[in-house]
Amino acid sequence: MPRLTIEDLKRIKEQHKAKTALREGAYRVKVTVHMGTCGLAAGAREIMNVIMDELQKAGTTDVVVTTSGCAGLCSREPMITVEMLNSPPVKYCDLNEEKARKITKEHIIGGNVVEELAFVQGCETSY
Amino acid sequence: MERYRVNLMLCGGTGCIASGSLKIKDALADEIKKRGLQNEISLTLTGCNGFCAQGPILIVHPDEIFYEKLTPDDIPYLVEEHFIKGRPVQKFMYKEPEKRAAVPTMNDIPFFKYQVLRALRNKGLIDPENIEDYIARDGYMAAAKALLEMTPEEIIKEVKESGLRGRGGAGFPTGLKWELCARVQADQKYILCNGDEGDPGAFMDRSIMEADPHVVLEGMIIGAKAIGANKGYIYVRAEYPLAVRRLQKAIDQAKEYGLLGENILNSGFSLDIEIYQGAGAFVCGEETALMRSIEGKRGMPIPRPPFPVVKGLWGKPTVLNNVETYANIPQIILNGAEWFRSLGTEKSTGTKVFALTGAVNNVGLIEVPMGIPLRTIIYDIGGGIKKGRKFKAVQLGGPSGGCIPESLLDTPVTYEDIVKTGAIVGSGGMVVMDDSNCMVNVARFFLEFTTEESCGKCPPCRIGTRVMLDKLIDITEGRGREGDIELLEDLAQDIIKTSLCGLGQTAPNPVLTTIRYFRDEYESHIYEGWCKAGVCRELSTFYIDAEKCKGCGVCAKACPQDAITGEKKKPHSIDQSLCIKCRTCYEKCKFGAVKVGPRDMFKEEMEEVEA
Repeated sequence: MPRLTIEDLKRIKEQHKAKTALREGAYRVKVTVHMGTCGLAAGAREIMNVIMDELQKAGTTDVVVTTSGCAGLCSREPMITVEMLNSPPVKYCDLNEEKARKITKEHIIGGNVVEELAFVQGCETSY
Repeated sequence: MERYRVNLMLCGGTGCIASGSLKIKDALADEIKKRGLQNEISLTLTGCNGFCAQGPILIVHPDEIFYEKLTPDDIPYLVEEHFIKGRPVQKFMYKEPEKRAAVPTMNDIPFFKYQVLRALRNKGLIDPENIEDYIARDGYMAAAKALLEMTPEEIIKEVKESGLRGRGGAGFPTGLKWELCARVQADQKYILCNGDEGDPGAFMDRSIMEADPHVVLEGMIIGAKAIGANKGYIYVRAEYPLAVRRLQKAIDQAKEYGLLGENILNSGFSLDIEIYQGAGAFVCGEETALMRSIEGKRGMPIPRPPFPVVKGLWGKPTVLNNVETYANIPQIILNGAEWFRSLGTEKSTGTKVFALTGAVNNVGLIEVPMGIPLRTIIYDIGGGIKKGRKFKAVQLGGPSGGCIPESLLDTPVTYEDIVKTGAIVGSGGMVVMDDSNCMVNVARFFLEFTTEESCGKCPPCRIGTRVMLDKLIDITEGRGREGDIELLEDLAQDIIKTSLCGLGQTAPNPVLTTIRYFRDEYESHIYEGWCKAGVCRELSTFYIDAEKCKGCGVCAKACPQDAITGEKKKPHSIDQSLCIKCRTCYEKCKFGAVKVGPRDMFKEEMEEVEA
């Protein structure tokens, strides 16, 4: 790759934002599986597999599944964050296979927050 | 506090910041100033409101009006209409969607409510193995600014003015460290990152390296430019395989993008960074020992001065900062020193990351503004003590720190206030202990750790900690004598005064603080032969309080020795000759009927039986 300039950096930033932003006609839902050491130890990989499996079965194409680090609440792992177009992100914790399947079917594919399993909505404070 | 006519609450949640709430803040502040309304209108950044998709969000009190999706261009009109003419602007207002999920927002849950993310701003949001995810969140913009627009002096000035202090434990001002190193003329300088994190119970550096490895690299690039280094090492313990893997991937990607290596961003500045894996010796977290370890020598400290900023790695001027310190740098460069100082106290600015663990309900990685009381961290963020037990102490600063009791829980978390208690802020390990802990045993645990980890170079540490540990073992095993407490205190002072490095100088802290706040426990061990928490086997007798026992039989079932007998629904009893003091019954009983008595409680009866 040729030497990056600050313009390139800004371009990558905008392009990547545009590419990953949720929008109509492209990715509508983003699922983040938290895979720090704590998440992995609690079984995050299995949760990831379950979600992928359910999405595949349903033939869904407008959902992007990604991984990230620890979300902070290590004692409640495995944890996922579900972000849907035009709504705040929702975090689910203490997941197992059964809960993950239900969330995938009802929230990620169906679009309805699984209220009894949802832990919190919104983003953290960062000013 | 002054009274304002209007209070503006602008959302400072990650979502709103991403959609531009800091620009709104500047625009509002400008407009308020322009109109001369500073004394009438207050402007505050708040925690997340949970309407991230509608951001940036502005709530106006006392009208309780909720504006959404603001842009800087909207602000002059908004101020004019609403705050001058008194006509709230309909078109910026939030429209209630048909159905809102009954899920609590971040502000409803204390674990999130009291946190402010700066060093951890990307935690759980980006894919740590994808550099573009980091770039999309303003990643490497600070490095670009520092390399292309700022002189080393300007970088140092900004960091100095921010008041940022080393997050690894000692709290030395970062800007000053950089300045001292920048002043030294040398053909070669090094920038190092300390990811050795050895305190039992601490895991914040690991989490940052795992969740956001690029922020560490970016902080190092900025530091390297400030001091004039072109070679860097990240020292990570080999027990952190995921952190090592993600950091390596981050370094490879940064090199591929030209953000590390020769002539970064065409600025003419070059920096190469390598990972060095440490073998996990605690002393290698000490700066001079860490440098010896990178040189391939045995990790042992050397006397200072000369300080590493003058003569460090391979005898060259070297700056070593902690992972979390670097994670703060890019935001200081982008937002300025003033912004950084907006949180925290005069002498302890910004936020601090803590690894909150132990007997609290919410175990995790938290970031809070400096100056927050310990009580808020433990009871609100931590959600209080597990299983409804009673709080006993919180251990701060690992083996170099101390135990803080209930009576001091209102202490604000700042470098100065925590030191007054005898503990230290340290790297950020925060272990909460409930009333089932024996404080003498806790002191013994930490001293066992430091005695084991002492490198052996200087006698006060090598021999002194051993002698102290032997005394503590005597006390916990029932051989304590009058004068032991005073001897421990005396020895501690000598070790603190004469040890070569931080390990020895701080090793007695856990003992000193437990003596200071829990002297009665030491005394009951020595004089009454009684460990009231039932932890020290030689000093406890377990018995069942007949009045409280419901005869449920849980203890009898759990006892590995079958030492507990009794009829159903009638008080049970423990056969002392069979009891091995494993504490199982004590922990299993739901009615608090199993109690701990002194060692000699049934001494006479036992002697009779034997006779």
